[in-house]
Amino acid sequence: MTSLLEVQDLRVRFPRGTGGITPVDGVSFTIERGEMLALVGESGAGKSLTGLALLRLVPPPGRIEPGSSIHLGDTDLLRLEGEALRQVRGRRIAMVFQDPMSSLNPVLTIGDQISETIQAHAEMSAREARGRAQSLLAEVGLGDGTSRYRSYPHQLSGGMRQRVMLAISLAAGPDLLIADEPTSALDVTVQAQILELLDRLRASHGLAVLLITHDLGVVAGRADRVAVMYAGRIVEEAPTAALFTGPAHPYTQGLLASLPRLRGPRRPLEPIAGTVPVPGQWPEGCRFHPRCPRVMPKCTMEPPLVRLEEQRTMRCWLGVTEG
Amino acid sequence: MTSLWGATWHDRGGRLGLLLLGVLTGMALFAPGFLPDPRAMPDISHGVLLPPGPAHLLGTDEHSRDVLARLVFGGRVSLAVALGAVTLSVTLGALIGVVAGYAGGVIDAGLMRCVDAALAIPRLFLLLIIVAIIERIPLGVLILTIGATGWFGTSRLVRSEVLRLRGMDFVRAAEALGASRRRVIARHLLPGVAGPLAAATTLAVGDVILLEAGLSFLGLGVQPPTPSWGGMIFEAKPYVVTAPWMSLAPGVAIALTVVAVSLVGDALSRSAGATRS
Repeated sequence: MTSLLEVQDLRVRFPRGTGGITPVDGVSFTIERGEMLALVGESGAGKSLTGLALLRLVPPPGRIEPGSSIHLGDTDLLRLEGEALRQVRGRRIAMVFQDPMSSLNPVLTIGDQISETIQAHAEMSAREARGRAQSLLAEVGLGDGTSRYRSYPHQLSGGMRQRVMLAISLAAGPDLLIADEPTSALDVTVQAQILELLDRLRASHGLAVLLITHDLGVVAGRADRVAVMYAGRIVEEAPTAALFTGPAHPYTQGLLASLPRLRGPRRPLEPIAGTVPVPGQWPEGCRFHPRCPRVMPKCTMEPPLVRLEEQRTMRCWLGVTEG
Repeated sequence: MTSLWGATWHDRGGRLGLLLLGVLTGMALFAPGFLPDPRAMPDISHGVLLPPGPAHLLGTDEHSRDVLARLVFGGRVSLAVALGAVTLSVTLGALIGVVAGYAGGVIDAGLMRCVDAALAIPRLFLLLIIVAIIERIPLGVLILTIGATGWFGTSRLVRSEVLRLRGMDFVRAAEALGASRRRVIARHLLPGVAGPLAAATTLAVGDVILLEAGLSFLGLGVQPPTPSWGGMIFEAKPYVVTAPWMSLAPGVAIALTVVAVSLVGDALSRSAGATRS
């Protein structure tokens, strides 16, 4: 039984001057059917670019380096071109972007935009597509679907627009939904509603979700597994509960220590010293070592990927048993 | 689009322009029915070079033809040339601009360098060369020529708008959800270009009317006996002092049309800018 999505050693490079930069540098992960994997990291870690690469939408002049591999079931996504690639986008992998304000075309009604995606992937008459669009609108909680069909994006609130985006992304019945910061542009209360909706849709459609976020609070209690990204690489991967109770990588520990807690004794928040280095200025060896509180001499060498337990990996010298 | 024209109507300058244009085209379309055919054999009994009066509202010319009748027929020709040429040049410009902007890379660079080269030659010279080669140019060919030399600026405008739009999230979202290239262009790019394009188109009509007038004035445009505004001024040249109405009438008509067209164009670009933000 193969995984739904299998990414191996993904590298995205932007040529620039002599060397060029590699904001996504050797990312590997898998997603099973119906599973939610959260990809967590700070701005500039390469999360969004990883998501775009899965759809082969890396903005030019960036390109996916040879040696990378992305398999969706039995399909090698890096070999697809033209019409075959278009058929994957939307029908098998859909994507929701961060800003629902700008992800909808301001001059088309939301009904038209949903129908458009339906008809891009299924032989369906305009009337049938319309009916399907209305049931999708109802499913994402926009009334009975008929009243909002003719609305323009500017007539909807941010949360409603993100609901519309979810309806559009489900239009062609994908197996995998990439949600890139789907709630970051929304109010906190609306965030919760959208995340609940996402959970519900995941269950009812059997969707696998790649949730890209910088907000660990969004991840907790929702994702099955978490992959923490730093400077173009995944530094730790673990089941969500295990990650929150016992983070292994110093960077993950730092992230969690910088979060306020509702329960337990009050303690000062501990920010991670320094800032994320920009691509092209990444240090040798472990890319976190200049900021790491537990830095050792050998951290200037490339750290190995260590398997801690079932489903738990980390890229750090600390995992190597001293010997 | 409807809101764009609506906004123009509510703009004071835009409304004045639209009304003026309406009157001018209305006259060109319907007035000939009430006026003598200007191409008919001149009847000397009417009198040569008569000043404006009740029988001839704008006087007569050296062949005793009614100036008003010629003005109205000439308006038909001048406006038809403008409309035809602008339709052609805007279609070409939009097509090439969208291709360049959306394809990017080598195609974009190649097309835009060609446009740069073409823009380096003043349009009037380009036209003069072509018109000089083809003697007594037929009206259709004249329209084609003016149209084919007018799309360079439009293609640049459209290209830059397409570049702006294709970076927008909703275009990326459409691509991410499997919209085909044709669909992205037709549904997401062209409607966004429509506003600035409408404004540019309207202003281009004014340019073409002036160009046609200039060419006809040089005797290279619309060929007599077909009247056109520029041609009428050309023929009136010897009588500027003795019969000023002969050149004033088409001159004022040209000026009014160009002013009306730029009023509408300015209002359109104002409302296109407003609806965009």
